[in-house]
Amino acid sequence: MTQSAPMSQRLFLPLVAVAAIMFAAAPVFIAWAPYESTMGLVQKIFYFHVPSWIAMFLSAFVCGVASVVFLFKGRAQADRVAVGAAELVVVFGFIGLMTGPLWARKAWGVWWQWDARLTMALVMWMIFIAYLLLREYGGPGSEKLAAGVALFGMANVPFVYWSVNVWRTIHPTTTVVPTLAPGMRGAFWWCAVAFLLLYTAMLMARVRLETQRGELDRLYRELDD
Amino acid sequence: MRRFVTVAWLIMRKDLTVEARSRELLFTTLFFAMSIVLVFAFGFVRDGRPVENAAAGILWIAIAFAGTLALGRTFERERYHDVLHALLLAPVDRPAIYVGKLLGILALLATVEAIVVPLIALMFQAPLFRHPLLIVALLALGTTGFAAVGTLFAAMLVRARSRDVLLPVLLYPITIPVIIAGVRGTAALLQPEADPAMARMWIGMLGFFDVVFITLSLWTFEPVMTE
Repeated sequence: MTQSAPMSQRLFLPLVAVAAIMFAAAPVFIAWAPYESTMGLVQKIFYFHVPSWIAMFLSAFVCGVASVVFLFKGRAQADRVAVGAAELVVVFGFIGLMTGPLWARKAWGVWWQWDARLTMALVMWMIFIAYLLLREYGGPGSEKLAAGVALFGMANVPFVYWSVNVWRTIHPTTTVVPTLAPGMRGAFWWCAVAFLLLYTAMLMARVRLETQRGELDRLYRELDD
Repeated sequence: MRRFVTVAWLIMRKDLTVEARSRELLFTTLFFAMSIVLVFAFGFVRDGRPVENAAAGILWIAIAFAGTLALGRTFERERYHDVLHALLLAPVDRPAIYVGKLLGILALLATVEAIVVPLIALMFQAPLFRHPLLIVALLALGTTGFAAVGTLFAAMLVRARSRDVLLPVLLYPITIPVIIAGVRGTAALLQPEADPAMARMWIGMLGFFDVVFITLSLWTFEPVMTE
């Protein structure tokens, strides 16, 4: 058991409580925020849509860094963080991918557009699904291989970003880019912090679960010997 | 350094000798690539004429699919009699093994492309040879990028379960930039008014991608292959 475990356990409940209160209050702030002039009510989905993407990209970064540490230092704790973060990439990415088309249907008239940002997010999301598939079905030793995939996925971000942007600028489409009015900023940041707190709490719970699973495995092995 | 080159060269020669005797990979990969071209022809030919940009897309899909098949098979060979295990036990630089395998795959894919590319030009009336140097550069750099990532992934999946399906699942999302650059670069050269500047820009990106991912593969081959 690592030294930081009791500390993170003490922090866990307050963190969940604050996140819960913030999520409970979020609809009020979102309702108070002014209506966007052209999109009206549908624009409100943005307060949950963008924070879920922020949480996803943060989680992808956490997974990449943890994977590099695991690959080169062999620390089991880093691998636990990596797998927890990868699962959360898929979860928060899924929220983003669900809320996005709901908005797009009203704003653009279609469920999906091959817009640079959408494509980029989809590719990132798929890399982490591949990571989880490898861990699930790759058999013993696949955590190390998955760490390699996460490292490659992270290195790939600038390339995907660049190539997708150039690809879409060749055939530009008119997109409605929401610009943030001062009245919307408060509600947006409130939701962003709520999502990040939720993300941190979920990651902590997931890492703790993995740690205990590892501990259980160790005890079983000890019993067998 | 000389030892590194010698080891890589010997491994490539071993792969090519095995291939020259059986010709299994070359023939199956080549025929597989031709089958892909045929299947896509039914999707992208309207009234006897290929739709715009179809040739560039079909070409790169054929390369990606056939490349995956070749990568999977070449490492499947290494599993018989535990050859990969023996290679890893040999007192040589592990990255040299990676480079040797990569060169072997590239030689094979280059041979396949030398036949499939003219074939696509012929069947889809694509002016692939209007800018031959740029097309060759796109193909060489794109195939290298694809194979650089693919060789590492195929090597590390040798020990994994369900490796046949996991290789494309892992490889395609990571090599998306190569596919975009290959297809867009080739399409820029095939359109009625060719755009060599655009193709050169994609070639530049592919070169950068190759450098970054070959470096990363050399760096990660050792820890990933250590059990």
